[in-house]
Amino acid sequence: MASQVMTNLDPKSRAAAKGLSDLTIRNLFIIPTIAFLIIFNIFPLLYSLAYSFTDFRASTRAPANFVGLQNYRDLLSDPFIWSNFSITAKYVLISVTGQVLVGFGLAMLLNRAIPAKGLITTLLLLPMMLSMAVVGLFWKLLYDPNFGIINYFLGLEKFEWLADPDMALYAIAIVDIWMWAPFVMLLSLAGLSAVPKHLYEAAEIDRASGLYTFFRITLPLVAPILMIAIIFRTMEAFKTFDLAYVLSSQPTTELIAIRLYKMAFQEWQTGMSSAFAYIVLIMVVAITNIYVKYLNKVKAR
Amino acid sequence: MRNTLIGIAGGLALALASGTSAYAQELTIFWAEWDPANYLQELVNEYEAETGVTVTVETTPWSDFQTKAFTEFNARGSAYDMIVGDSQWLGAASEGGHYVDLTEFFNKHNLGEVMAPATVKYYAEYPGNSGKFWAVPAEGDAVGWSYRKDWFEDPAEMAAFKEKYGYDLAPPADWKQLTDIAEFFHRPDENRYGIAIYTDNSYDAMVMGVENAIFSYGAELGNFETYEVDGYVNSDKAVAALENYKKLYSYTPPGWAKTFFVENNQAITEGLVAMSMNYFAFFPALLNEASNPHAANTGFFANPAGPDGDQFAALGGQGISIVSYSDYQEESMKFLEWFIKDETQKRWAELGGYTASAAVLQSEEFRKATPYNEAFYQTMFKVKDFWAVPEFAELLTAANQRLYPFIVGNEGTAKETLDALASDWEATFKKYGRGQ
Repeated sequence: MASQVMTNLDPKSRAAAKGLSDLTIRNLFIIPTIAFLIIFNIFPLLYSLAYSFTDFRASTRAPANFVGLQNYRDLLSDPFIWSNFSITAKYVLISVTGQVLVGFGLAMLLNRAIPAKGLITTLLLLPMMLSMAVVGLFWKLLYDPNFGIINYFLGLEKFEWLADPDMALYAIAIVDIWMWAPFVMLLSLAGLSAVPKHLYEAAEIDRASGLYTFFRITLPLVAPILMIAIIFRTMEAFKTFDLAYVLSSQPTTELIAIRLYKMAFQEWQTGMSSAFAYIVLIMVVAITNIYVKYLNKVKAR
Repeated sequence: MRNTLIGIAGGLALALASGTSAYAQELTIFWAEWDPANYLQELVNEYEAETGVTVTVETTPWSDFQTKAFTEFNARGSAYDMIVGDSQWLGAASEGGHYVDLTEFFNKHNLGEVMAPATVKYYAEYPGNSGKFWAVPAEGDAVGWSYRKDWFEDPAEMAAFKEKYGYDLAPPADWKQLTDIAEFFHRPDENRYGIAIYTDNSYDAMVMGVENAIFSYGAELGNFETYEVDGYVNSDKAVAALENYKKLYSYTPPGWAKTFFVENNQAITEGLVAMSMNYFAFFPALLNEASNPHAANTGFFANPAGPDGDQFAALGGQGISIVSYSDYQEESMKFLEWFIKDETQKRWAELGGYTASAAVLQSEEFRKATPYNEAFYQTMFKVKDFWAVPEFAELLTAANQRLYPFIVGNEGTAKETLDALASDWEATFKKYGRGQ
């Protein structure tokens, strides 16, 4: 099989004229990428793994001492870190659920012949094209209790969206939903348009109700692509930093990425923050794996 | 092809050669992005006129300042020759070997007496009382207060205040009066509020605000020599101070939960509050009609005394240090020699910089130059600062984690908060083997 591929190089091509084989060309393309990955991804990953077992601080000249699993023990027994994790879990749940409901709902609405459909779709996609920090800054103004337009329209007077410790996380999730529901909508639209029309026609002949058609035809067929959207959004929501950092400084909105940033770049606890980053990495990989397993199950159906 | 390569190599060599020769005449000072950095640029332009050495003041937003500076330090980078660093960085930067030891320079020029004592103690010396100096006090700063003179001087308000509280409405002499006045002017129905304080729990913002209360109440953060904290930061006086700060929070405008210098100046310019806490360095903007419609009616006072008459303020401000990795340390040293001259310090103050020079500060000319210089002068002789140990950022994080939920989130009591903070700090000091 391989030799068959190798002989595919057109003997009249310039590459062949220069004496390059398929193998050389393949290597020319692949080796720089592999080298880049090793130097900038794999090497730092292993390097930071080594740091996670030391008390190294990048801000001092003191040598790094091996401390074994001490950093991991300290982190996992710190109630503030656990609170960061539970805040993040809550945030991911609210934010991703909201995005799926709103995004899929919008896709259902748009999946029919309506005037100016292209224009509406493009306009709906605008939020996700903006920078997170910019979105954070202008939503901070929108939420302002003194002059914010949201309280004005909702008639909430001086309601403190971001200053209220219980509300702040929801307020940030709302912004995230506003920004990323269009992404779910886009993928859902692609899934919806791929559902064969004859299935709906058959359902209609059988006089199936709208709800029955939705749960038995639409949802199962769109599920795989919706799962991909959910995987992407969960991973992104898990590492949210800028939006929450710009919008609020409530302890109730201190996501793990914010705590990690402070630990690594304000406190310069390099060893400890490497350990923290590994804990986060393991969690993200675990969650993603569960999703992927489920995705495969859905696809198999 | 070969000619092209030779051309490129020649061009590169020329660029490198000319770059090197230009560099010897250039110095870069790194600071945060704010008005004093612009004043410093104006000042150093005069140095260039005198000596031909170009000095550039490079800036970055405050939120990014610490991170960017230490990233450069940790990488042993030579991008900056000098840095106007925060007072609490002294421990980390000196122990990390990032700052050049200026002890000899300090003693040679007798800076211990030339500069105001508090600025020498907090901006330059580390460890405390060690006689080792790492910076030249550059921008003196502390937390003071601005207030609405027209509200305070309104006869109807004055009469109503006197009737309610039994004494005259005037800039507060102590924290009780400060709290009374905040309560008096707090009228949400009229879109008027009592007071603006720091509540942002990132870095040192809210901690500086709370320090103002703690220090004036006669309490301390701890013993800076033995690293004892229990009985200091959770003393009865500190607890009372924190309770008072929390009370002030109830008189702030709505949504006052992530506020620092920008919001506190806005509180005055937007006509929201009667009094606002802020660093002196941000007061020039309040006297500018273009940025503050109430400029003519804005007055200033120093942080008031506590119940026992102690009167202190939290220190801001920075000293200027030479970066160990700079290629032009000698040139930087020459610049500092120029910077500490009396006439340079006088000019620095004229341009809007807050000089730390004792002679300039004490001069009538300086004290009468602006409506807030007198309050600044008084404050600079009674300032106290946060811990300057290398792990200061961890101490700040613990303080933010404990103080914020109490002040803004209404959780627990002041005593519980400060007891927890004391044990957090003890654990941190134990971890780094301090005071053992």
